[in-house]
Amino acid sequence: MKRGVIIDHAILILGVLFLITPLWMAFASSTYTAQEIARDGMRFVLGDNFIGTWGDLLTGAGSMFTESEGKTGEVTAVSGLLMLKNSLILGLGFAIGKIAISMLAAYAIVYFRFPAGPFFFWIIFSSLLLPLEVRIIPSYEIVAGLGLVNSYTGLILPLIASATATFFFRQFYKQIPEEMIEAARLDNAGPIRFFIDILFPLSKTMIAAIFIIMFVVGWNQYLWPILMTTDKEFNTLLMGIKNIIYIMDDGKTPAYNQAFALAVLSVIPPVLIVVLFQSWFVKGLTESDK
Amino acid sequence: MKRNQFGHSPLPYLLIAPQLLIILIFFVWPAVQSVRLSFFLEDPWGLSRSFVGFDNYTSVLSNSQYHSTALFTLFFSAVVTVLALGVALLLAVKADGIIRGAKTYRVLLIWAYAVAPAVAGMIGLFLANQHIGPLFPLFNLLWDFDNKTDSADATFWLTLVCVWKQVSVNFVYFLAGLQGIPRSVREAAALDCQSGFRRFWTVTFPLLAPTGFFLMVINITYAFFDTFPIIDTLTRGRPGGSTFTLVYKVYKDGFLGADLGGSSAQSVILMVVVMLLTIVQFRFIERKIHY
Repeated sequence: MKRGVIIDHAILILGVLFLITPLWMAFASSTYTAQEIARDGMRFVLGDNFIGTWGDLLTGAGSMFTESEGKTGEVTAVSGLLMLKNSLILGLGFAIGKIAISMLAAYAIVYFRFPAGPFFFWIIFSSLLLPLEVRIIPSYEIVAGLGLVNSYTGLILPLIASATATFFFRQFYKQIPEEMIEAARLDNAGPIRFFIDILFPLSKTMIAAIFIIMFVVGWNQYLWPILMTTDKEFNTLLMGIKNIIYIMDDGKTPAYNQAFALAVLSVIPPVLIVVLFQSWFVKGLTESDK
Repeated sequence: MKRNQFGHSPLPYLLIAPQLLIILIFFVWPAVQSVRLSFFLEDPWGLSRSFVGFDNYTSVLSNSQYHSTALFTLFFSAVVTVLALGVALLLAVKADGIIRGAKTYRVLLIWAYAVAPAVAGMIGLFLANQHIGPLFPLFNLLWDFDNKTDSADATFWLTLVCVWKQVSVNFVYFLAGLQGIPRSVREAAALDCQSGFRRFWTVTFPLLAPTGFFLMVINITYAFFDTFPIIDTLTRGRPGGSTFTLVYKVYKDGFLGADLGGSSAQSVILMVVVMLLTIVQFRFIERKIHY
């Protein structure tokens, strides 16, 4: 029995190490100078250049690419703070937008009798069948045609349709007792009053749960921002990652320490949210049945 | 639907309009365009288009590079799914059974859900980099590892990074599934069966099967579509196009290769795949609800 428990712990610890080691090494390596990493490789133990690396990354002061290669040209001017801001705007806009329009759509479907309802429901459902990757070129052309390339609107608006979130709220509304709406009727409350005063407060936990999932998904958007924005002003953290890869393909050596710091920076906010609001996160994930 | 609803008014149309408009403009319309473009051949300068019927489909489906990409995608998806599910199930069973430190283990195993696939890809790239990566010399102690030129090594490493990224999600679902098994069932099983291993296969595993099937679809979808950023940062299809998935090839041919007709035909084929996966998934969820 005793031995069994020890083996269980050993397996769990191995699992934890499997997940954590890569990220820990990225962080540890970000506390050295680029030259040290280029010379001696990635590290397990912390170095003493934490402030140097992270300061350069956040302010965009130091070049993201070591100059020893002898290649010139504009390599980076984007500060980590700007990328952080853009990722935050994308994550928040994505989550709030999805929740807002999905709540309204689910409200319409559950609480109103209108002939086109079922038909609309199927249109919303159809969006599940059309992931971005299979409609990528025409999507780009539409955004370009609307003049939305290089704008937050073009970055966020096309992404906020969500069958998943609509189903999630629809499912939740259906479980709310009928008496609620009867009571509202007796009080002469119209549909808008009912939504604001009764439904919205009841949905708070659900909103929190879905917000966490959607914020993480929005923050981690990769292909869409790369295609829809070319202006550095709109660079998100993940586009910074893409830029590092891109310039490595050119045969240049990145400032490894900053590349690792960027990786860690782009992981901190979503991981914090998931860890801090763990129970809501688990609820949102398992109940939305993505 | 509620029995008791608000009456007829223009309000529901207004409420549903934002969602519907975005779906029609940015989902349905582009998809219709993809289908339309798949029947046309565009000259390389994009000046003229001619209708070619199913030619794009026949040329895609008879292309040997497409065959090898399809085979790779199937193999890759199967391996990622099996490994990501297996590792997560093992960890979930252990985390569920343990008493001390259960909460700590849970946090330490779910956080990776929030890591962007692109970040996983980039860290993976550096970990196996021959100049700075600690795994490069480590793997070379075991065999002649070279993920830059050897397609088997590149596939091995890509698969491992993709599994790494998916373990947390599966863990969350499996743990939720395990905790949903009634206490009485567990206690009865514990009384009847001494061997933990047998108890798992005869009692826990069948009860967990619905979660497992659901996760299987989720994982196949992940391997097909959501691994895009990992491939784009880690291999970009290299060496020699051997690590392309079908999704990555659509992007590569359409955006970078400017073969609009062929890429659109590939998109339409993928849409069919998604439809099948979604139908299976929903069939399954419906059944889960009924029982």
